[in-house]
Amino acid sequence: MSTLAYDGTAMLGRQLRRVRHNPGLLILTQTMPITMLLFFGYVFGSALAMPGGEYRAFLVPGLLVATAANGIMTGMFQAAQDSHRGVTDRFRTLPMSRAAVPLGQAAADLVLTAAGTVPLLLVGLAVGWRIEGSALEAVAAVGLLLLFRFATTWIGILLGLVSRSEEAAGQLGGATFILPLLSNAYIPTDGLPGWLRTLAEWNPISAVTTALRDLFGNAPVPVDGAWPVTHPVAGSLAWCAVLITVFMPLAVRRYANGGR
Amino acid sequence: MRYGHPMTTTYAVLSEGLEKCFGDVHALQGLDLAVAEGTVCALLGPNGAGKTTAVRLLTTLLRPDAGSARVAGHDLVREPDAVRRAIAVTGQYASVDGDLTGRESLRLFAKLHRVPKPAVRADELLDRFELTGAADRPASTYSGGMRRRLDLAAGLITRPAVLFLDEPTTGLDPHSRNHIWTTVRDLRSEGTTVLLTTQYLEEADQLADDIVLVERGRAAHSGTPAELKALVGSYAEAVVARGDAMAGAAAVLDRLTGSAPVFDRERHAVGAVTTDPTLTLPRLVRELDAAGVPLLDASLRPPTLDDVFLRLTGGPRDDLGDDHDDGLKDDRPDNGTYSRTGSRTDNSKELAS
Repeated sequence: MSTLAYDGTAMLGRQLRRVRHNPGLLILTQTMPITMLLFFGYVFGSALAMPGGEYRAFLVPGLLVATAANGIMTGMFQAAQDSHRGVTDRFRTLPMSRAAVPLGQAAADLVLTAAGTVPLLLVGLAVGWRIEGSALEAVAAVGLLLLFRFATTWIGILLGLVSRSEEAAGQLGGATFILPLLSNAYIPTDGLPGWLRTLAEWNPISAVTTALRDLFGNAPVPVDGAWPVTHPVAGSLAWCAVLITVFMPLAVRRYANGGR
Repeated sequence: MRYGHPMTTTYAVLSEGLEKCFGDVHALQGLDLAVAEGTVCALLGPNGAGKTTAVRLLTTLLRPDAGSARVAGHDLVREPDAVRRAIAVTGQYASVDGDLTGRESLRLFAKLHRVPKPAVRADELLDRFELTGAADRPASTYSGGMRRRLDLAAGLITRPAVLFLDEPTTGLDPHSRNHIWTTVRDLRSEGTTVLLTTQYLEEADQLADDIVLVERGRAAHSGTPAELKALVGSYAEAVVARGDAMAGAAAVLDRLTGSAPVFDRERHAVGAVTTDPTLTLPRLVRELDAAGVPLLDASLRPPTLDDVFLRLTGGPRDDLGDDHDDGLKDDRPDNGTYSRTGSRTDNSKELAS
């Protein structure tokens, strides 16, 4: 285990240095939600029944979670890039911990996400979003957000190791954009047709978004709807547990065997 | 395998019947290798012959479908971690992080190898591989040669027992190529076993103690460069003064070599392949002269590895020991380069001496 910790820390350092030299993807994935906050908040918000300020406060937790869901794309892109360029093979011929490489990637991603979320929160505060709950609940909200990011990153790492193609990662990045559209991240789900509403409410993004709105004190928990949305904190934890339990071992195994 | 007494030879790489399929593609079809400790072995073969697959199997990146192998004394399948501790690999494509600087990469690898002072080791290697000046630039800004040197440096953090180099100089400029060749020779003299794959015959000729010609996933032939050349035979050639004297020269060559002469009517040259070690240049000249052939020039040129390669992997399948008379000429892409210019004979002289 100390081998894993040592090698994992070394790989964490590697990922952070990589991003320092090549911050393009990080900047893109973190400025995108800010652009969307301003665009949705002021352009779409003006056409919604909700008052503009209220909609922007509603939108901030949704965008936080939608950005966290981008872990699928980021994780896939980095894992595919490493595999494609032979760096992964290089590590796999070393007498080092098998799990350290993907774990280092996921850990570095968590550090970067934590840092990258700050600008979105600041812009959110500037356009009318507020932390209306207790400080402890706010900390819990951020913790839940990072846990969700950690879970989605493992989906991405597995997909990246399987596809080994940066191109496929780019294309899937476009596809993951629709995931938050099928949730309550940008719109309330009450108005959706029945089947679509069920689908949206079982989207993990909805559970985490509802939990954040609850913990930040932005909106009350809905009284009717699917279980993950009516019990958002428990629902979010359950979703994260399921995703991590399924995808983390698969990704580690895939990395260790390299499809051989 | 040809060095030292068989009883005392230990093998750094020993494989038997290695097989690997990728779907329908039977990349390796029973590869046997025996690389003696402290030697340089070159896997030589055309693209798709299975060289890279062999390296990927022997470095634990792939698991064999059948067969077995020991690398540095450890079983490939049962003790992959022990194999990994004993080897270093430099891939066909530069496999260091382009986003990291050379210094950062080497420090990372030194850490992963548990070197006590990673920063010091990184600096030593940067110096040895002439990368100190570029040490703090991302590797993506390096030239191909610099990246390959960095890649090799990353493989030499600790001294490996066996070093695998997959096409180490493909696409490199002469300076970088020479640097890598020198490194390989140094490592060999320090006792490291090197297994390299290459498409460059000159590289195999320059570096390898043993060459294994890989064809269709098998070791088609193996031996020292000199042995492989002996297998193909030398090329005896007489250039005569007049076209009508060619028949006389051909008769002499036919008698001396036992193989059918090849005519180059434009140059008034007649040549034939010989595997007879008693046929020397003085004897060739004496015999031609005694037969009254008006000789302008005569040569007895040992084959280059190009000839060996074309002959043994490109020629007809079942023609190896004795029928040198047809394939050699057919397989030679440009007969002109074979002759008096001598440009292509440099390597073989070096090896023959």
